[in-house]
Amino acid sequence: MTEGNGTDTLLPGAPEGGQRRAVWLNFKLVAGASMVLLVVFFGLLGPLFWNTKLADPASSPPNLPPIWEAGGTGAHPLGTESLGRDILALLIVGSEATLRVGAIAAAAGLVIAVVLGFGGGYLGGWVDDVVRVLADSWVTIPALAVLVVLAAALQGVTADTEALLLALFSWPEATRMIRSQMLSMRGRSYVKMARLSGVSSAGIMFTEILPNMIPYVVASFVRAMAGAIMAATGLEALGLGPTQTPTLGTTIYYAIQGSALLRGIWWWWGMPVVVLVLIFSGLFILSIGLDEVANPRIKRYRYRVRRAGRRPAVPVTASAVSAGPATVATPSVGTEQ
Amino acid sequence: MSDAVLEVEGLKVEYQTSSGPAVAVNGISFQVFPGETLGLVGESGCGKSTTAMAILNLVQAPGRIAEGSIRLNGTELSTLNPRSMRRIRWQEVALIPQGAMDSLNPVVRVDSQIAEVIEDHEGRQRFADMHERITELLGMVGLPARVGRLYPHELSGGMKQRVCIAMAIALRPKLLVADEPTSALDVVVQRVVAQTLLDVTQRLGMAMILIGHDIALQAQLVDRMAVMYAGSIVEVGRVESIFDHPSHPYTQLLVSSVPSITERRRRPSDATVREVHHRPSGCVFRLRCPQAFDRCRAEVPAMRELVPGHVVACHLYAGGSGEPAPAEAAGHV
Amino acid sequence: MRLRGLNLRYVLRRLGTFVLTVWLAATLIFIIPRLAGGNPIAAMVGKISVAAGGAETAHSGALVAAWDARFGLNDPVFVQYLIFLKNSVTFNFGFSITDYPASVNQLIGAALPWTLGLVGLATVIAFVLGTGIGAFMAWRRTPSLIRSVLPLSLTFTAVPSFMLGLLLLWVFSYTLGWFPAGNAYSLGVTPGLNLPFLWNVVQHGILPALTIVGAAMGFWALSMRGMMVTIEGEDYMVLGEAKGLRPSRLFWRYRVRNSALPQVTSLALNLGAIISGQILVEYLFDYPGVGQLLYQGILNEDYVLVESIVFLLIVATALAVLVLDLILPLIDPRISYLREVPR
Repeated sequence: MTEGNGTDTLLPGAPEGGQRRAVWLNFKLVAGASMVLLVVFFGLLGPLFWNTKLADPASSPPNLPPIWEAGGTGAHPLGTESLGRDILALLIVGSEATLRVGAIAAAAGLVIAVVLGFGGGYLGGWVDDVVRVLADSWVTIPALAVLVVLAAALQGVTADTEALLLALFSWPEATRMIRSQMLSMRGRSYVKMARLSGVSSAGIMFTEILPNMIPYVVASFVRAMAGAIMAATGLEALGLGPTQTPTLGTTIYYAIQGSALLRGIWWWWGMPVVVLVLIFSGLFILSIGLDEVANPRIKRYRYRVRRAGRRPAVPVTASAVSAGPATVATPSVGTEQ
Repeated sequence: MSDAVLEVEGLKVEYQTSSGPAVAVNGISFQVFPGETLGLVGESGCGKSTTAMAILNLVQAPGRIAEGSIRLNGTELSTLNPRSMRRIRWQEVALIPQGAMDSLNPVVRVDSQIAEVIEDHEGRQRFADMHERITELLGMVGLPARVGRLYPHELSGGMKQRVCIAMAIALRPKLLVADEPTSALDVVVQRVVAQTLLDVTQRLGMAMILIGHDIALQAQLVDRMAVMYAGSIVEVGRVESIFDHPSHPYTQLLVSSVPSITERRRRPSDATVREVHHRPSGCVFRLRCPQAFDRCRAEVPAMRELVPGHVVACHLYAGGSGEPAPAEAAGHV
Repeated sequence: MRLRGLNLRYVLRRLGTFVLTVWLAATLIFIIPRLAGGNPIAAMVGKISVAAGGAETAHSGALVAAWDARFGLNDPVFVQYLIFLKNSVTFNFGFSITDYPASVNQLIGAALPWTLGLVGLATVIAFVLGTGIGAFMAWRRTPSLIRSVLPLSLTFTAVPSFMLGLLLLWVFSYTLGWFPAGNAYSLGVTPGLNLPFLWNVVQHGILPALTIVGAAMGFWALSMRGMMVTIEGEDYMVLGEAKGLRPSRLFWRYRVRNSALPQVTSLALNLGAIISGQILVEYLFDYPGVGQLLYQGILNEDYVLVESIVFLLIVATALAVLVLDLILPLIDPRISYLREVPR
């Protein structure tokens, strides 16, 4: 997964012309990306350091606590569960599977979203109407409920099938976002200029609009991934996840089935939850960071609040800024820090 | 002159940017006298709107009033605490905003928006009194009473601007600041709204600062005119005087190009933008000035009174330069 | 009084979206299991015969054929689809396969009040509380410490509700023993409108409700704060300030009111996700609502029950969205206007 790295270089600044500036130092962006990357490396590099065969049932003595509790052993530092699987090995295999499911689902959903969002937003007219109504209706469908029926009907999915099912529900939100950004970008002056100078629609889309859309597309991907992983874990916790590959969600499912709560085997469900919290929080913070990069007004607000203590606080007007001399004087306030 | 409603002296407004402070308004001074209408003309980006916001002490946070004094009816505003400032706003000086389209609270009915300002400054009123007062205010700007029950989005652009005018005169302030009040309207409506504004201020004897970029439109509405360029006032005088004898080279440019400047909502010219960021030495206008000479580079021109009430900041009139223009101007009036 | 904003075109468009949503969902539910292959009746008959303890293989073939005919599975797919749509729209779901004498409607009818009570109450609490906190975070006089710490703590918003539920269960039920771990009321208590029973219900409901509120509140707080920030840049905020209005009026009537209304739109858009979360919470807490019923259906491979519940959930969500959409123009004068004008 490279989007964590990618964002740093792909986001030179706000898409307002003339405000480009390296903002990869945005703290939230870095913090969020690091949290996610930590799990990515854990899942990818873990197998080099730990025997993932221990994730198979009956490969270890059952119900061992983590190493720091009485009875724990260095052979299974995070303990084992009732089916005789090593928790550390489960986490390594599960992280990789869960992230992969999320990434595939988000990527597939994003392809749909980019096609629909760009098409609708750029072409306008009835195409846009159809896209909007479709996305608006689809977004209100309780995804998990439908996924439950689908997964149950398929009677045992693989991780990849699961990802494709999830993609069915990861496109509408991204589509809505891309579409509305397209609409606002279509009206911007540099796009109008390109149009007047006779550049073709496709040309404008790829040379003028797409580069400026990148922060939004990346943010959509991050959000879609979080949504997909959330749905995936839900599905898996209900026992409808992939049957061959252990994921973080299925581990929780077995823990619930094995009455881990009642029996006090907290590490069985607690460890995967810790990893999931890391993933979700990381993606969440990352998406907030991306928002601040894509939409400098949020940052500008923070700047203002800090100063408000000294002077009578006065609000910034969007239009006062854009129509008055402030435009001239404050082009880079938003991305300053 | 202590009989002025508003006295601005050496007002300087800066915006903090990452590359240091940018000066939007650079030490301007002017007065507004009771009952008169002063036009503040200049290109977009020259600092006129910032001046308007500074008068209400509403310069937004990255910007701040760096220097200068603003006296409204003798009260110094730049050092006033927020609570007293709040009371002075609207009671003594009201704003007619630039973006009337979006300046009304979209979720509150028109009459409540007028009522709230009366209530917050004068306390609670009897419903019947309030109703009568609002009806009267709407009537003064030519709106039927039923408009009060509508929401902003149900009004046309011209009606919204009229509502803004009605709101501005609700407390009978001594001074109105109208920031391009008609620039967002189409041309026909523009005239009518401007006329309404003028009628109302004359009837109530209010002074007004009318900000605009359209020197031709302004000429028909204002008594005196101040021309702004890149944060500085370069010329002030009575309208007739300015049009008959534009003295500053920039004013001359504006007056001679009247047809082209009526184009609505001009974008700031590159020159203005550059000059706010990297103020040239000496005269701000010298880079675009057809008559610039050595002294313009070396020295900031001071304000000089050509004839009583007509001042200009230009080295051409520094005396002894042998230019014919000042002599002609002086001799004419 | 004129019904402002409720023009016919708007209502028709919303109704159209509602119908489309229901139809899309119903079609998905119909198509995918058939694409997956396999005969649900055969699977069910197999289960029944196993449950009966006998290997009645000789009869089961005939049984399958008979049931196929009865459920119309021999008809062309298109006819089946129409029948399915007709049955769905009339809420004629037939019988539960596992609880045979009970009809699907009966089962759902028993579970629905619990779900409505829990999800409805918890969602409203989360929405109101979260919106309030969001407004508070954007308030100027809020201490900066709170303003910077609060958003941080809301990061846990990103974590799905059932994980929070696991944590709450472990701490407050299994470790501290303050609250019961499952079900909606204790076995020994007879349901009725008496105080002990209601108290019992409340005790059982606190943890699941806390789970939903805890997970959802931060979302509302953050989006409210975001709206408040955006609103602050609007022209009418500047004019409001120029008008010298009392700060409290500026805050409530200008910022909060303009920010809170879009929250309702957001609520409509997120109902689907809320319902999805509810399923998991009920499953986790053994709460006898629709979500738990759904899980039982999956467990018993009772596809009729599962499909009916899911269909109902979709209709309920779409209906709630429709109601919110129709209410919105009444409380927010901007809406109908905004939607009708091409941007």
